[in-house]
Amino acid sequence: MTIVVPPLEDIQPPQWVKPTFSDRAKSAVPALIVVVACLYVGTVILLPALSVVVQAFAKGLQPFLDNLTNEDLLHALRLTLFATAIAVPANTIFGLAAATAIARRKFRGKALLLSIIDLPFSISPVVVGLMLVLLYSPNHGLFAGVINSLGWKIIFSWPGIVLATILVTFPFMAREVIPLLEEEGWDQEEAAKTLGASDWQVFWKVTLPSVRWAALYGLILTTARALGEFGAVSVVSGNVAGQTQTLPLFVEDAYKQYHTELAFGAALVLAGVAIVSLLLKILVEQILEKEKRALRADS
Amino acid sequence: MVSVPSRPRRLPRLKLPSWSWRITWTYLGLILFLPLIGMFLKAGQVSPPEFWAAATSSEAVASYKVSFGVAFVASLINGFFGLVVAWALIRCRFPGQRLLDALIDLPFALPTAVAGLALSYVYSEEGWMGKPLYDLFGLKVSFTIYGVAVAMVFISLPFVVRTVEPVLRSLEKEQEEASACLGANQLQTFFLVILPQLFPAILAGIAQGFSRAVGEYGSVVMIASNVPFKDLITPTLIIQKLEEYDFNSATVIGSVMLLFSLVSLAVINFIQVWGQRYQGSESAN
Repeated sequence: MTIVVPPLEDIQPPQWVKPTFSDRAKSAVPALIVVVACLYVGTVILLPALSVVVQAFAKGLQPFLDNLTNEDLLHALRLTLFATAIAVPANTIFGLAAATAIARRKFRGKALLLSIIDLPFSISPVVVGLMLVLLYSPNHGLFAGVINSLGWKIIFSWPGIVLATILVTFPFMAREVIPLLEEEGWDQEEAAKTLGASDWQVFWKVTLPSVRWAALYGLILTTARALGEFGAVSVVSGNVAGQTQTLPLFVEDAYKQYHTELAFGAALVLAGVAIVSLLLKILVEQILEKEKRALRADS
Repeated sequence: MVSVPSRPRRLPRLKLPSWSWRITWTYLGLILFLPLIGMFLKAGQVSPPEFWAAATSSEAVASYKVSFGVAFVASLINGFFGLVVAWALIRCRFPGQRLLDALIDLPFALPTAVAGLALSYVYSEEGWMGKPLYDLFGLKVSFTIYGVAVAMVFISLPFVVRTVEPVLRSLEKEQEEASACLGANQLQTFFLVILPQLFPAILAGIAQGFSRAVGEYGSVVMIASNVPFKDLITPTLIIQKLEEYDFNSATVIGSVMLLFSLVSLAVINFIQVWGQRYQGSESAN
């Protein structure tokens, strides 16, 4: 004789158990949590984000496009792209070098060094700018003598903007790549070395391909932050329209001058870049998760 | 007998590429250490009484009160709502969940100037949120200290959500079932079983959000009226001092901010180490 056991889900409570009021209240809790979460994120994040789009097109498509051809806006955009084009490759080289140097080495103070690399994230951007002014200002800086005798102009000019952008964004790459390298271990590199590859070959053919998605992730974060940096750049740049004004500074300036649509137009350009970077980030995140899971399954 | 020269049997030992080590230190030295040292040297040139006077001038103290006070309130608000959002993301299933998840990262991705512009419009008297708030409660948000709070809430929102999420995901359902079987009701289970385990993560998220909100400049400067003694934050004060060519005051107040960042970094690290003691090995991966 066989006893047929119904699957657990099919077992219903007896008819005489009626849901009480408190049972119903309990089942309403998850719904309440979801509603509160959505309302909160909606009012704090979603509404402001949507307002950028609505305000940028407040007078229709054509005025928006006209705003985009504003001379100062285009100059600001070019300067922003220029600073990003220097800062991102420089920080990529540093990030990869730091990761290969630090990740697999064990030494005293490693945790401290990692915290030091993260330092720019915890320092206020304004203080970052101030540090650069105190170093390179032609009147008050520590290096004033050297800079003036060489005839360089760093503060209130593009080198200052580039330096500020670099300083604010350099931790991203190292911080994304280091954990992955730590997890992967040395085996493949060791094999490549025993087969006679040079350090350079090992780096290009083994290490770099193995961290490519983490590096791409770091690259996206670095670029997004470099394009949007405001505080540090506003201290060192002097903020002269058409000369030392980056796009985020242009947004603030236009808003202060009551050119609201112009400000929102420029803001929409920056927000668009931010949203694209966010989508790319989510995509790469998923690939990265998959690779990490495969890595753990291997080991 | 011919002696065969003994070949070294040992495989060549792997030497770490030293150029990467050199690049790392040179770059760190030029980009990070040099400005830090410069800052401390400049601050050291100010005599101690002068330093104290500049650091505790009435203007500076008023700005500390705004910066630290509002950042504290904002990070506490996010401590509560961050937990709610993390719970909704991990424990609930609902349409639009992925959108909510993506939106959480927006404050990290959106340039602060854009955030400031958008917030100051939405919470102004004719804005989507500001108008109802003004009509119903007579509350002005933009260009007051409440605006500073809104900007700081925006900027520090992701931290608690992102620190709580992995811990909440790793919690075992069995614990809650055991707690229920032993006769605890849902509230007891939440406050006595779940919350203590999440607490270090919530605290770390609040501390990170607080530290970020104190240093925030771009979004706050656009939504505040930047009037001293009213809603002027410390970073804006530093910029005003620089614009007045008062380099000493700027240096002194800047080094106060820098010291705060270093201390908060140490505290956050401590909280994370302390939190990991509770979580054991399962959260290691």
